[in-house]
Amino acid sequence: MRALVVCGIVCFAAGLAVAGLPGLRDFLPQLLAGAVVTIEITIGGCAVAVAAALVAAMAKMYGPAPLRWLAVAYIELFRGTSALVQLFWLFYVLPHFGVLLEPMTVGIVALGLNVGAYGAEVVRGAVNAVPRGQWEATVALNMTRAQALRRVILPQAFVAMIPPWGNLFIELLKATALVSLITISDLAFRAQQLNQITFETVKIFTIVLLIYLAISSVITVGMRALEERAARGIGRGRA
Amino acid sequence: MTESPAPETSQPMVRFERVTKRYGSLVVLDELDLDIARNEKVAIIGPSGSGKTTVLRMLMTLEKIDGGVIHVDGEPLTHMERNGQLVRANESHLRRMRGKIGMVFQHFNLFPHMTSLGNCIEAPMRVLGLSRREAEDRARELLEMVGLRDKMGHYPSQMSGGQQQRVAIARALAMRPKVMLFDEVTSALDPELVGEVLNVIRRLGEEHDLTMLMVTHQMGFAREFADRVCFFYEGKIAEQGAPAELLGNPKEERTRQFLSAVLEAS
Repeated sequence: MRALVVCGIVCFAAGLAVAGLPGLRDFLPQLLAGAVVTIEITIGGCAVAVAAALVAAMAKMYGPAPLRWLAVAYIELFRGTSALVQLFWLFYVLPHFGVLLEPMTVGIVALGLNVGAYGAEVVRGAVNAVPRGQWEATVALNMTRAQALRRVILPQAFVAMIPPWGNLFIELLKATALVSLITISDLAFRAQQLNQITFETVKIFTIVLLIYLAISSVITVGMRALEERAARGIGRGRA
Repeated sequence: MTESPAPETSQPMVRFERVTKRYGSLVVLDELDLDIARNEKVAIIGPSGSGKTTVLRMLMTLEKIDGGVIHVDGEPLTHMERNGQLVRANESHLRRMRGKIGMVFQHFNLFPHMTSLGNCIEAPMRVLGLSRREAEDRARELLEMVGLRDKMGHYPSQMSGGQQQRVAIARALAMRPKVMLFDEVTSALDPELVGEVLNVIRRLGEEHDLTMLMVTHQMGFAREFADRVCFFYEGKIAEQGAPAELLGNPKEERTRQFLSAVLEAS
């Protein structure tokens, strides 16, 4: 954890040394504006991903047959095809069926559903990893399956889910660069644009790299903290 | 054995009727017949793989039945009547019947993310619909009975195995079952912690109207506590009777062999 923070600071300082030359002031505001869009899509996408993953995993594991098939179809479709094509499909193909969505909405939904498909398997794995005795205790206490899941199984599975979710969130952050291809002025889009105007290639893309790194570091540190807290809540961490 | 009110005593509390359980081609219970009277304390002993734990698991509806019927409190448990015929119980029938039965497991199976008190009020609140206040009052009383008044805010990971098992007993009792099942509840405990759990069970038997079935390797406890001991062998009851009789003077060769093997081990 400390090593990570130190590493981040060093990288940032080095980056600023390269970029901290005249001209920085001219394009930093633009890049930061792009970063805000990237962060918005990341947060929105993560929320969609978690929701989609939970629903899909529960449907696949406990739903009646039609729901189960639907969940499997969703997971396989979104895992098995390119995120870029999914993005294009929602953006360029849906309007042919009369569904016109805002670019931001498409970006958030497409990336969220894509990552959610992977997340569904994370949820399923974590739920299956809860000892069978916990289920048996809920039966002996005459709880319904829904009560067992909500109150006993998912809270315990949650702890095991956090590290893989951290990975997925970072994947999602990096995938947000794709939305620059559907007219959204995210960080990657702004960088391209600035580069074409100023030709300050080295500075611009170094700074952009560092901004992505900074955002993903926040995710990593946040998830680590969440994990520690959750482990303590379940009585496994330091008391 | 304490006597219950007259009209109820005629009927056994638990009745296994030609109950069969298979895992693939392996027959775990072979047309088992077993009646357990109201408030009777029955100890089940036998070598591993003899089907003794399966008896409890089937009664708790943790295993599906392959043949026969189990009755609890005068009603079919594994089946229900529909148009004068017995059909397999559906979930709502199971839920109604399961409420009469409580179980304590070898590995406690406490909920690790809840305190002792939390473990004991969860199901009473959500399943029985008690208010938090009622549930907590009941849980406090029970935790006090098992001697854990000062551990109510502790998480399972902060307690010894013996303490955890006593919480598990309180948790099961909080649902007010008529039948309590104890599945090798001291087998996972360090030897010095066995006594505290057995003491709680002993007190339960003395102070509460409960039908109790326990699978156990504690022959001394079975002898002193049980009204009857059943020796299981290959999915059947090979011998049963009063503890002093069965443990002191077994008639069957298999019982004798088993008992001497257990004695040697301890």
